Amino acid sequence: MKILVCISHVPDTTSKINFTDNDTKFDINGVNFVINPNDEFGLTRAMWFKEKQGASVHVINVGGPQTEPTLRKALAIGADEAIRIDTPATDGYSVALQLAHVAKEGGYDLIIGGRESIDYNGGMVPGMVAKIIGANFINTCISLEVEDTKVTAIREIDGGKETLQTTLPLVIGGQKGLVEESDLRIPNMRGIMQARSKPLHVKPAMEQSPRSEATTYEKPAPRGAVKLVDTVDQLIDLLHNEAKVL
Amino acid sequence: MSVLVYTESENGSFKKTAFEVVSYAKAIATELGTTLTAVSINADNTSELGVYGADKVLEITNDSLANFDAQGYADAISQAAASQDATVVVLSQTANAKFMAPLVAVNLEAGYVSNVVALPQSTSPFKIKHSVYTNKAFSLTQINTPVKIIGLGKNAYGLHENAADALSEPFSPTLQQSNTKVISVDKATDKVTIADAEVVVSAGRGLKGPENWGMIEEMATILGAATACSKPVSDMGWRSHGEHVGQTGKPVAASLYIAIGISGAIQHLAGINSSKVKVVINTDPEAPFFKAADYGIIGDAFEIVPQLNEKLKAFKAQNA
Repeated sequence: MKILVCISHVPDTTSKINFTDNDTKFDINGVNFVINPNDEFGLTRAMWFKEKQGASVHVINVGGPQTEPTLRKALAIGADEAIRIDTPATDGYSVALQLAHVAKEGGYDLIIGGRESIDYNGGMVPGMVAKIIGANFINTCISLEVEDTKVTAIREIDGGKETLQTTLPLVIGGQKGLVEESDLRIPNMRGIMQARSKPLHVKPAMEQSPRSEATTYEKPAPRGAVKLVDTVDQLIDLLHNEAKVL
Repeated sequence: MSVLVYTESENGSFKKTAFEVVSYAKAIATELGTTLTAVSINADNTSELGVYGADKVLEITNDSLANFDAQGYADAISQAAASQDATVVVLSQTANAKFMAPLVAVNLEAGYVSNVVALPQSTSPFKIKHSVYTNKAFSLTQINTPVKIIGLGKNAYGLHENAADALSEPFSPTLQQSNTKVISVDKATDKVTIADAEVVVSAGRGLKGPENWGMIEEMATILGAATACSKPVSDMGWRSHGEHVGQTGKPVAASLYIAIGISGAIQHLAGINSSKVKVVINTDPEAPFFKAADYGIIGDAFEIVPQLNEKLKAFKAQNA
């Protein structure tokens, strides 16, 4: 089985979010970039397929040279090869188109993406890749088993979960549950050393024009101070009469 | 030109989000000077959509769509949109809507913006505000394609009545055999889901152990609320992953979010940012949650929650 794991390069979850250039650009000052958490659960599941079922695992990112440390980290975790499509990640469709091209050319059986990236939260790239290449698609995937070309997956639905059967080729939008938090791997020294000599292919982007583009950003208005109360009666009164939510 | 809205139903009844997306889509149709067509799949009483402004309803009745199937639903909605020459397609952000939206976008060669929080700022060029960085910021995004797909965040617009005819007509999409089969669905039918809930009662490590969740469940029952939890609680297996709220868990856009024994890590606070009113109960006055909440009580959950439950019961009995 050939697996392609799509890796988004995102600010870590503790980052303070600020913008520069008249609120048109994300301020990377002091921000630590990581593998998108939803993608990392998928990458770790891919390692399981590699170790137990002999799958090969490639990772891919659409972005500039600054995303390479994130790809190297994925190699250090155990991916065999990395691909960087050398163009800034703009709208979801453009990214999906680039990924779909590689996915199709490379003949991958399983393409693992995340439910959403934690920066743009678009939640659209895996589904678009699936549709463009004509593969099956399962979103919010929390369990994945593959036998030959038969797939059994569980996806999270509102208020529960659903078990599905489908076939390869398949694209998933993964999330926590594919593996547990405690299964995530911190690269060890050996992995890091090996990652240095693993192939990282830089490929030119296909030409396309964005279907949408961010113009400006803003941050939520600062909140007023919390109202502290001493009794539960006061709380109920405020929720009923002031906030009008009871 | 027209505006099309997909109205989601479950067991034949429309979800509340269906009425919200109709309200919202009607406002866009009015702005564009055109009509609003709703599309429903196996829903019973489509005249309800007229209350919120649907001029027309395309009713799809099809046994092969009895279970949600992203490909089938996406094709059905895409064909409905094409039949109406729709330039704007509005969807909600339920799990199913998010699942199929990217497929609809590819079908219609449309630009898709998710987590939308307001009406378009302008329609030519088409600019719309949506949340990014897990609710830590908003982006004003311009959609360049002739057809636009909007995923409206829950509770972002609310319900607005706007009487229209809701003239119904049957619509029969051409569907392909699906490659994906639903084997089983595991869903508690007696519980409110986090996605549907107006009130969410959430608890964290301050509860000390899973055996202490009785009082949280009780509060949820009194308030008709969903239960939720912090990340450490789901990581330790005290509660299921489905209840984990935050950046890598579920977002909560409720009217009222009550956080009990949750310190308020930045990832958790991001996940609840689009909730309207937040209440925190915590022993530690330095807990970051107090900076993000509207109302707070500093104190021990084991004392306060039982008292609060008693008083809430009395309040609900009085205001029923």
